[in-house]
Amino acid sequence: MVELTINGIKTRAPEGTTVLEAAGEMGIVIPTLCYREGLSPYGACRVCIVEVVEGDRSSLEASCTLPVEQGQVILTGSERVVRTRKVIVELLISSCPNSKTLQDMAANMGINRVRFKIKDRGCILCGLCVRYCKEQMKSGGIGFVGRGTSRRVATAFDVPPEECRNCGGCEWICPVCERACTADNLIDGLCGACQNLVPVETCPVCTGCSESVGPGGHKVY
Amino acid sequence: MERLKTLVELERLRASILSRREPEKPCISICGGTGCHAYRCEDVARAFESEIKRQGLRGQVELKVTGCHGFCERGPLMVLYPQRIFYQRVTTGDVSEIIEETVVKGNIIDRLLYVDPVSGKKAYSEDDVPFYKGQQRLVFGSNGVIDPTNIEDYLAIGGYSALSRVLFDMKPDEVIEEVRKAGLRGRGGGGFPTARKWESCRNAPSSDGIRYVICNADEGDPGAYMDRSLVEGNPHSVIEGMIIGAYAIGSHYGYVYVRHEYPLAVANLSIALEQAREYGLVGEDILGSGFEFDIKISRGGGAFICGESTALMASLEGEIGEPRPKHVHTVVSGLNGRPSNLNNVETWANVPLIINHGADWYSQIGTEGSKGTKIFSLVGKINNTGLVEVPMGITLREIIYDIGGGIPDGKKFKAVQTGGPSGGCIPESLIDLPVDFDRLAEAGSMMGSGGMIVMDEDTCMVDVAKYFVKFLTEESCGKCVPCREGLDRMLDILTDITEGRGKEEDIELMEELGGVIKEASLCALGGTAPNPVLSTIRYFRDEYEAHIREKRCPAGVCKALITFTIDEEKCTGCGVCARECPQDAISGEKKKLHTIDQERCIKCGLCSDLCKFEAVIVS
Amino acid sequence: MTTHATERKGPKTVARKAESDLEKVTAIVGKYGGNRDSLISILQDIQSEWRYLPEDAVRVVASQLGMPLIQVYGVATFFRAFSLTPRGEHIVSVCLGTACHVRRAPAVLEEIKRRLGIEPGETTGDMRYSLETVNCLGACALGPIVVVDGEYRGQMSPGRVKKLLKK
Repeated sequence: MVELTINGIKTRAPEGTTVLEAAGEMGIVIPTLCYREGLSPYGACRVCIVEVVEGDRSSLEASCTLPVEQGQVILTGSERVVRTRKVIVELLISSCPNSKTLQDMAANMGINRVRFKIKDRGCILCGLCVRYCKEQMKSGGIGFVGRGTSRRVATAFDVPPEECRNCGGCEWICPVCERACTADNLIDGLCGACQNLVPVETCPVCTGCSESVGPGGHKVY
Repeated sequence: MERLKTLVELERLRASILSRREPEKPCISICGGTGCHAYRCEDVARAFESEIKRQGLRGQVELKVTGCHGFCERGPLMVLYPQRIFYQRVTTGDVSEIIEETVVKGNIIDRLLYVDPVSGKKAYSEDDVPFYKGQQRLVFGSNGVIDPTNIEDYLAIGGYSALSRVLFDMKPDEVIEEVRKAGLRGRGGGGFPTARKWESCRNAPSSDGIRYVICNADEGDPGAYMDRSLVEGNPHSVIEGMIIGAYAIGSHYGYVYVRHEYPLAVANLSIALEQAREYGLVGEDILGSGFEFDIKISRGGGAFICGESTALMASLEGEIGEPRPKHVHTVVSGLNGRPSNLNNVETWANVPLIINHGADWYSQIGTEGSKGTKIFSLVGKINNTGLVEVPMGITLREIIYDIGGGIPDGKKFKAVQTGGPSGGCIPESLIDLPVDFDRLAEAGSMMGSGGMIVMDEDTCMVDVAKYFVKFLTEESCGKCVPCREGLDRMLDILTDITEGRGKEEDIELMEELGGVIKEASLCALGGTAPNPVLSTIRYFRDEYEAHIREKRCPAGVCKALITFTIDEEKCTGCGVCARECPQDAISGEKKKLHTIDQERCIKCGLCSDLCKFEAVIVS
Repeated sequence: MTTHATERKGPKTVARKAESDLEKVTAIVGKYGGNRDSLISILQDIQSEWRYLPEDAVRVVASQLGMPLIQVYGVATFFRAFSLTPRGEHIVSVCLGTACHVRRAPAVLEEIKRRLGIEPGETTGDMRYSLETVNCLGACALGPIVVVDGEYRGQMSPGRVKKLLKK
C-alpha cells in the first residue's frame, strides 16, 4: 500500500494503481475523455491532468497514467489545473465542435468563447476505439495512421480489415460520434443551449446532460 | 585478419601498426564529411590519387580521406602532414600544383591559405587559423587523422586501449565511479548526469537479465550535425564508448539508432562495426575477457520525435514513434520492457577519453556544473560556418566572434538560437553569457544537442518563431491534444501576425497557449515547443508589436508586409529582372528605369537575387 | 499480441504476389534477421527496390514479421521516408533546416514548386519529378541546399533553380 495526499486528504492506495483510480476511490471524480475502465490508459486527451506538488515546485501530469507513489501530494482542482484544463477543452472544441460530450464539458467548465480557429476533424483521437478493438475484441483491425494533425483512425489501406467482426464496439465506445450534438446551432463553436444559459437542474433541452453532471447530481467540473 | 583473443595480441598489433607507419612521410588528409561532399571533395580526392600516380609518387605520398574537419565554410579542406599545412577551398584545378609545389618542393601556395579577413594574416597550419585556435578539440580532433573505414587508424592513435583497461583493470562499479568523478553530463540535450543514469540502469531489476545500451544518433535539430560528423568520422570512438558503458551496466545488447538521412554515417558505422567484430573487439569473449557485447544498427525513418527516448524505443519495437509517459523511467523499463540506457553519440564518444586520461584530468575542463567540452554546430549568419568544440564556460561572444569570425557582410548580430526547436533565442545583450547547461537554461534557452544558429539584423524573429512552430507541427506525433492542436493553433496565430492579420490580444494568447502546451503535453517535444515563441516574445516583443500594430516587418522578411521596388539611381535597365519575373510584373525599356507592378508582384525575390547592381529595394 | 488472425490468413494474401517479387521481399526481411527492430530498414530497402511501398509488399512484411497489418501500415504512414504511392524518376529534396531557412530556403522551395507545379510530397504528372522537403541534412555551410537524386547542390537561390532543373 502507498500513502498519498489528494486535495489535502491523506489516503492509501495499492501500489500499481493510478492517481485517477485512487482519487475515484475517494469519491473525487476527475474528468476524462480517453480513459475507460477496462481498457489500458492512454494519456492522450490530457483532460485528467492534476497538479503534482514536490516541495516548492509542481508539475501537471495526466492522472490516468500517473502511478501512485509514497508521499505524493496531488491537487485535482487547483487554479492551475482548472485554468489549463479549460484551454485543453477549448482546443478540443475547436477541433471537434459537434460533440455533445465536449459541449457539455465546456459548458460545465464555464467556457464561453473559443479563441482558436475551428477545424472540425470529427474525431478527438482519444484512441478508445483502437484500444477497444485490440484489447477487448482481440482483433486490432483499426489503428492510428499518419502523424500530427494528419493523424487519424483508419484501417490498413482503407479497406475493411480481415480481423473485423462487425461488433460495432468502435462506434459504441466513441465519446464523439455516439453523442453527436443534436442542437445544431453552434455559435462561434459553442453550443450554449444547455448549461450555459439554463441551470442544470431545470434544463429542458437535452436529456443527456445529467450524465455529465455525475451520479448524485453534483457538478463534476 | 585473425580475431584478437587477448590483450597482449591487441597491443602487439598496435605496435606493429605503429612500426609500419612513417610519420615523416607526406600524408594528405582530405576532409570527406558530408558537408565537403556537397563541395565535391570526392572529385578532389580522385584528382589527387591520379596525380600522385601520374607523378610516380605512389608509395611516397599517402592520401587519406577522413571524416569532417569542422571548418565547413572553407571546404574542400586538406591538411598536409607532417608539416600540418592547411589548405582551404581546394579545387581539382589546384591538385597538380599542390603536389608539385607543396608536397615535393615544400613551397606554400599562398592563395590556398586561410587569410584572416580582419587582420590579413595568413595561417600556415591549422593551429594558426583563428577558427581552430579558439577550440579544444579533444573529441573531434581525431577526425582529421583517421580514415573511418580503416580500424587500424583508430588503433594507431590509441583506440581501444580504454576498453582494454576497463575490461582487465576495472570493475563495473569502478567504471561508473570514474565517469561520475569526471562529471560527464548527457550531450543530447538533457544534460543528465551520465554516471547516475548508468547506475540506475545497472541496478534496475531484469527478470531475464537483459539490459540494453542504446546510442541515440537520431540527431534531429535542424542546423545541428555534430553527431553525424562524429559517426561519419570517428565511429570507433562511439563503439568503444558503448562497449565500456555496456560493461559498466551489465548489458550485452546494443543498438545505434541513426537517422536514415545520414547515409554516409550509416555506411561508415557499418564498416567500423564489421571491422571491430572481425578484430574481436565486439562480439563474444572480447579480447579474452569473457565479456560479450554486440551492436545492431537501426535506421530511422524520418521523424524528429524518434530522438525522444521512449519514441525511439517504440520505433525499435516496430511501432510508430509515439512517446510514452516517463513516470517509470526507461532505465528501469525501456526497450521491450527491459532496463535500457540511452545516451547521445557525443556522450558515448567522451567515455574513452575519460577512461584514457582519467576523471581528474577531465574535470579540470569546463565549469563547476558542466565538465568537459561540447561540440557545437555554428551556422546561419556567421562567417566561419562549421563544427566547433570548446570547453564549457566559454562565452557566446568568443564562439561567435573569435572562432566564428563574426557576422558576414558587416551586418549586426541580433540573436543566437541554441537548443534547436526546444530552445530559445539569446539576444545581443546576453552575448557574454558563459555557455553551460545551467546558464543557458536560466536565460530561457537550453544547450540542446549543440545547434547554434546565428541571426542578424535581416532575420525576422517572428518569422523564426513561426519556422520552429511549423517544424514542430510537422514532427508532432499527434497523440496528445495540447501539442497536436495547440501547436497548430499557435502556428495559425503566428501566420496571421506575419501576414498582417495580427490582433492586439495575440501576444497574450500565445503566452497563455504556450504555457498550456508546455505544462500539459505528454512528452518533451510538446513540453519544450513553446520555447522559441516565448523566448522571442521575451526578448523581441517590439518586433511582434510592429507586425501587429503597424503591419510592418522591421527585418524585411515577412512577404505580406514587404514591397519590392527598383532603385532609380542604381537601375541600369538591363532587363534581366523583367525577363525572369515569373509574373511578368516588371516592365521597362532597354537601358531605362524598370518598375515593378505591385499588383502582380508575388514577392518571390527572384529580381533581387538576379540584379547585379543591387537595384532592388526591399522595404 | 494479436498475431494469430493475420498469420492464419497469411498464405492467401501472399499468393497474390508474383513469385520473384515475393522472393525479393523475403530476402529483404531475412537480411535483417526477420526482426521487428529493423522494420524501418526493411521498408526502406523495399522502397529503394520499387520506388515506393507496394501494398502487397507491406502485407508480406506484416505476415513474415508476425505483426498486425495495421501496425506496419501505421509505421509506413508515420515516417516521412515512406511513400505508398509511386514516386518520380528524380527526387528533388529541399532542405528546410534552420540554417538554410535563415538563408532563404523557403524562397528556393517556392520557385521549385512553381516550376514543377507540385507541392512537397507530390509527383509531377509525367512521373519525372517528386518533390520533398527535409529537415536538415547537416551541410549547413552550403545552405540553402537542394539534393537531386542524392547529389547535393549547395548555395541555391531562386535564380539558380531554372538551371538546376534543366540538368
